[in-house]
Amino acid sequence: MKTIHTLLSASLLVGLPAVSGGALAQEAAEAAVEVHKGDVAWIMTATLLVLMMALPGLALFYGGLVRAKNMLSVLMQVMTVFSLNALLFAVYGYSLAFTEGTPFIGSLDKVFLSGVTIDSLADTFTDNVKLPEFAFIAFQATFAGITGALVVGAFAERMKFSAVLIFSVIWFTFCYLPICHMVWGPGGYLLEDGALDFAGGTVVHINAGIAGLVGAYMVGKRIGFGRESMAPHSLTLTMVGASLLWVGWFGFNAGSNLEATSGAALAFINTLFATAAAVLAWSLAEALLKGKPSMLGAASGAVAGLVAITPACGSVGPMGAIVIGTLSGFICLWGVNGLKHMLGADDALDVFGVHGVGGIVGAILTGVFAAPALGGTGGEDFAMGAQVWIQTWSVIVTIVWSAVVAFIAYKIADILVGLRVPEEEEREGLDITAHGESAYRS
Amino acid sequence: MKFITAIIKPFKLDEVREALSAIGVQGITVTEVKGFGRQKGHTELYRGAEYVVDFLPKVKVEAAVDDNVLDQALEAIEKSAATGKIGDGKIFVLDLEQVIRIRTGETGTDAL
Repeated sequence: MKTIHTLLSASLLVGLPAVSGGALAQEAAEAAVEVHKGDVAWIMTATLLVLMMALPGLALFYGGLVRAKNMLSVLMQVMTVFSLNALLFAVYGYSLAFTEGTPFIGSLDKVFLSGVTIDSLADTFTDNVKLPEFAFIAFQATFAGITGALVVGAFAERMKFSAVLIFSVIWFTFCYLPICHMVWGPGGYLLEDGALDFAGGTVVHINAGIAGLVGAYMVGKRIGFGRESMAPHSLTLTMVGASLLWVGWFGFNAGSNLEATSGAALAFINTLFATAAAVLAWSLAEALLKGKPSMLGAASGAVAGLVAITPACGSVGPMGAIVIGTLSGFICLWGVNGLKHMLGADDALDVFGVHGVGGIVGAILTGVFAAPALGGTGGEDFAMGAQVWIQTWSVIVTIVWSAVVAFIAYKIADILVGLRVPEEEEREGLDITAHGESAYRS
Repeated sequence: MKFITAIIKPFKLDEVREALSAIGVQGITVTEVKGFGRQKGHTELYRGAEYVVDFLPKVKVEAAVDDNVLDQALEAIEKSAATGKIGDGKIFVLDLEQVIRIRTGETGTDAL
């Protein structure tokens, strides 16, 4: 963090005063503490926007991509995993992620939100400006929720519902929370290392992308993969979902500034332009390479651009954002084509190809475009080479941690209930066999 | 009596219906179908996955006609359904043994 002294450098949520400061420190701080109504209104609005990203944004984006017989199972998995993670976040997640403890995980001091009252305050990036802690907890709970929901796209159309839930609980607890603490928590390992991750490129997207990829390998390919048509049943809904994600992402990125200030405006404008650039980049590359620009390509490009700008949105300038968005469009197109074929996994909805690859592209390029010479917010002592290495290291740590925990979590789910539905149920579709209903009636 | 089954391009349905009405054919049955012929299919690309779509959507028109209007009917369908491009479809003609109007019990050409 010493390398950058600007808004983003503060990309840390420092511990809450009540945790460690003791009475004296708290009294001293209280003298100048301010809570701005504008900030409170903004963070609650941003929380709703992130909720909308997941429900219905992500749910529709994913749902449109599966076959009609599995539509409801995807909507259901997104909705329940989001809810499950949000609740677990209240029970112990917030405490483990956002209280001081070790560099890798927080403490159990605030389990069941103990000690948090209507008067409790959480820090922002400005020393004496605070937010109601409840608002901060709700905001972070939506991040926990959507991260788990992102993973389900990888093993869509064949995983047992109970196994999805078991996996989600284990992975949330032993992967999401530690990575969240390492990147955003007080005294977190990657935070102290100087990694820049404004809104969650590592915590949310690389994390979920890797967990999805491991899941695609472990659950196995869908029956008929590569032989039968598994064409999306409604790209219309996918486009609607991608657009809701785009709008909601302003809450995700600009909301991560916590305060309604110029820092939020920077994240806001970057989220707009990077995404637009990625839409055009993906479409252009498809037109050149495949002959036709597709709607699915444009929607995928939007999500790729959103993912890539997520870690960077608070520390790069608008032109840097456009370059990041453009590159993410090109590279993620490769992620769902060449790279996907090399990996050989049936990552059904390309969670890794878009979120994993886009997250890695964004995390590393953040180290490049944070440079003041390139329009970024890095200070005069910003060292691009060093920052790129720090970013790369944070990517490696996340990949390894997520892969190992995901592997164990899938194994446990496999042992307890089995990962896959029986073949007959997979052929009939999960809507009827797992949930007893059909999405469409003719 | 003859039974005509015509497989045509979906967007030609209205023209075919009008042409048949014009020569006095009282009713037709229409079904949305899929199939392949010389036109063959096309490929669809979804991100990295390519699917060959063998079966193209067509419309099947069925009509029962008296022998003396058969040639007119066939000509009407042929003209109205044609675009000159591959995939215009086919017309099949079969002998029709019996027709019964359910409401009145009329049979044969009276029921057409």
